[in-house]
Amino acid sequence: MDNNFTARRRRELMLAAFLATVAAIVPLFVKDVYAQNIMVLTLMYAALSQSWNILSGYCGQISLGHALYFGLGAYTTALLFTKFGVLPWFGMLGGGLISALIAMGLGYPCFRLRGHYFVIATIVIAEIALLLFQNWNWAGAALGIDIPVRGDSWLKFQFTRSKLPYFYFALVLACIAWFVTWWLEDSKWGYWWRAVKDNPDAAESLGVVVFNSKMGAAAVSAFLVAVGGSFYAQFVSYIDPESVMGFQFSLLMALPAVLGGIGTLWGPMLGAVILIPLTELTRSFIGGSGRGVDLIVYGSLIVLISLARPQGLVGLFSRQRKAVSP
Amino acid sequence: MSLTAETIIQSLASGLLMGLLYGLIAVGLALIFGLMDVVNFAHGEFLMIAMYVTFFLFAFFAVDPLLAAPLVAASLFVFGAVVYLLIVRFAMRAKANAGMVQIFSTFGLAIVMRGLAQFFFTPDYRSITHSWLGGKTISVAGIFLPQPQLMGALVSIVAFAALYFFIHRTDFGRALEATREDNGAVALVGIDKNRVFALGWGLGAALVGLAGAIMAMFFYVYPDVGASFALIAYVTVALGGFGSVFGAFAGGIVVGLVEAVTALVLPPSLKSVGIYAVYLLVVFIRPRGLFGSM
Repeated sequence: MDNNFTARRRRELMLAAFLATVAAIVPLFVKDVYAQNIMVLTLMYAALSQSWNILSGYCGQISLGHALYFGLGAYTTALLFTKFGVLPWFGMLGGGLISALIAMGLGYPCFRLRGHYFVIATIVIAEIALLLFQNWNWAGAALGIDIPVRGDSWLKFQFTRSKLPYFYFALVLACIAWFVTWWLEDSKWGYWWRAVKDNPDAAESLGVVVFNSKMGAAAVSAFLVAVGGSFYAQFVSYIDPESVMGFQFSLLMALPAVLGGIGTLWGPMLGAVILIPLTELTRSFIGGSGRGVDLIVYGSLIVLISLARPQGLVGLFSRQRKAVSP
Repeated sequence: MSLTAETIIQSLASGLLMGLLYGLIAVGLALIFGLMDVVNFAHGEFLMIAMYVTFFLFAFFAVDPLLAAPLVAASLFVFGAVVYLLIVRFAMRAKANAGMVQIFSTFGLAIVMRGLAQFFFTPDYRSITHSWLGGKTISVAGIFLPQPQLMGALVSIVAFAALYFFIHRTDFGRALEATREDNGAVALVGIDKNRVFALGWGLGAALVGLAGAIMAMFFYVYPDVGASFALIAYVTVALGGFGSVFGAFAGGIVVGLVEAVTALVLPPSLKSVGIYAVYLLVVFIRPRGLFGSM
């Protein structure tokens, strides 16, 4: 049993390494800019959803306000760079740390709430931040921030000629988010989180420090999402409050994990790989009419998948694997 | 704007009217949640549909929104019941991640409804230009009250009173209460749970339909209009306490007044901040809202 478990963990790690290698080779053959753009977004959402999954999937504290941390990451990087000339790499780290601290500060009162009261609190807090940023003149208010492009460099993390550097960074980010999840899954924290998710009262009585484990999950999750936000700011080089902190974004971040399999290691990745290209393709091929057909397709898909596979699409694969291996 | 006694009383009065209307928008959500623990993430889109039905009844048949209100409520009743039978019934069967399945199946429905509205009605902003009450005000002791909002407040009070009577004095109301207490045991006394749930969804949608008919008198109608009110409706219900239909009434009044007061002291674009802050304050002190029971 124990051996089996270790072997399965090792197999997962090898599978991830294999998939990452394949992913790294793909853009060398697929040179179409549009396709590369979709691949960057897919990896970014995979990373975000994986990070969201740590708090909401493993620890069971469903947050629909993670756009807050994404926005904080994006704004920290963009403001430090445009106002003080601080390199985006420091902004990325700074944004991550600020978000982790804020997540814990907010967690302090919020983690007493349960169920829908908690979910609504997360929505409302992100919404307050959105409104404040929209009215914060120094930070560009509702118009946002244009990040000046000063030529291609890794130091400034800006690339105009090729999307490849962004692609590889997003790949690394997705791998880190996956690896952190993989690593935490079998740590003391991972077990605590699942206990907290299943039954917080029972967990508490068995000696799990419920409050601290929620705080830990929130910090890790917020840090990673903020790094994703910093990346996004550099990638699009223009941010405004609605596009990085809007409620819609919180849902977009949660969707891949929910459709792929919430609280599972592979769910967010699988969900992102299916959902993001589909979203982008429907948007550009049938969304051009401006008549909402893309929304109809996209929404129907969400309804159908969530009704047909409540446990997520990832279940399809594990069953197949079981059937094949003796 | 200077803060004189008149401006304060004036904005408290209009805040109260708006608050009663918020209560009416939110009560359907509270009713459905109380009945079956499901939060309908398409609630704002129910409101949007109601506003469009009102608008088209006016545009094509010149039916005034006041006369249209019962018709709108009736059509939303059918719509709500159909949504339950076609989607929510199946979402309730999910063995895993029940909460997320409910959130995302109704959220997906919301996106589809917005898409359909864009497709059939275009993203244009529409408004009902001349209804009986539209644009008229009434003056009470020096305070000016817009007539559509005043009518909305009256409708809200009457609707809550009728709902109270309905839940406590009719057979269906008792079936509703019984199903909410224990939806397994009611089968033993011959109550069809699915029928009660479908009727609950119909009733919830009909109430937001009433609100939509009133709203269409003084607010623009467009495909995304629901999104602006949905969050306020969730906050209203949570503030009152999930599971309490009359919490929504109280929650609505609090939200309306807080919004009005915030608009006095902060720039108009920040008026929702007050609502959200008060929600947080209330649940930090009372984690189950003002009247929550669960």
